[in-house]
Amino acid sequence: MKFGVVRFPGSCDEVDAVLACEQQGEAEILWHGDRDLRGVDAVVIPGGFSYGDYLRVGAIAQFSPVMEAVAEFARGGGPVLGICNGFQVLCEAGLLPGALLPNVELRFLCRQVDVEVVSVGTPFTRACEQGQLLSIPVKHTTGRYYVPDDTLAEMEESGQVVFRYAEDHNPNGSANGIAGVSNEAGNVVGLMPHPEHAVDPLTGSADGACLFASAAHAYTAGAT
Amino acid sequence: MRARVLIRPKEGILDPQGQAVERALPALGFEGVANVHVGRLVELDVDSVDAVPEMCERLLANPLIEDYEVLAVE
Repeated sequence: MKFGVVRFPGSCDEVDAVLACEQQGEAEILWHGDRDLRGVDAVVIPGGFSYGDYLRVGAIAQFSPVMEAVAEFARGGGPVLGICNGFQVLCEAGLLPGALLPNVELRFLCRQVDVEVVSVGTPFTRACEQGQLLSIPVKHTTGRYYVPDDTLAEMEESGQVVFRYAEDHNPNGSANGIAGVSNEAGNVVGLMPHPEHAVDPLTGSADGACLFASAAHAYTAGAT
Repeated sequence: MRARVLIRPKEGILDPQGQAVERALPALGFEGVANVHVGRLVELDVDSVDAVPEMCERLLANPLIEDYEVLAVE
């Protein structure tokens, strides 16, 4: 399968994302000004500071040409994974519910956290085990997940909470300890922690690889 | 026409920035300060102020987490 990793001006984690994808298949960079997704089978929106995060995190990137194509790809059921700034972009674009607010402590956080896989019903978690704890890093200033209470209850009910910080690991004050969510259909997933930085034991953990392996798994299952 | 848009965190959403300022003021000797909230101010020249609310809905604010108020300055 082929992954496409979007590069905005200000992205900074796209190279690690490409390396993580290349463990599972082919990967190529998709430029923000390009409407053509080049036939990729899954899209990753990486971390960084797209368009300088001017105005609000992720606010400007939602209007880039590539995001028009990604939105269409997502509406057609294509798997899309947003990591950190990519999660913020997907929320701003309305492809995921909710918004990311400044961390309760207002500080930039960079640490390894344990993240529980709450739902295995998405193309990015189907090769993980339900309840599995992944040791992966977070590094952000604006990661406090928020949705209004009624929407939050619906999302908990419908299985749209995909990742949750393990007890005492919620670094930013996110509602219900939420680290990642999906859209209603489950094909669009966003999370604040960085699985692409945890795909090699040399960096302390390879737990993040299961997200990318899941996408490959979903692709193979779909193709047969 | 000059328009001014005031953007605030929605009521009920935790505003740690406002809280930090609220805690800092008494440290400087300013007493009797409460309910501090920090938002944003956007000023822009527009042909018509009528288009500004839609600009707020689509870009200038995130209506899920922020309230906005549009003022025509002159």
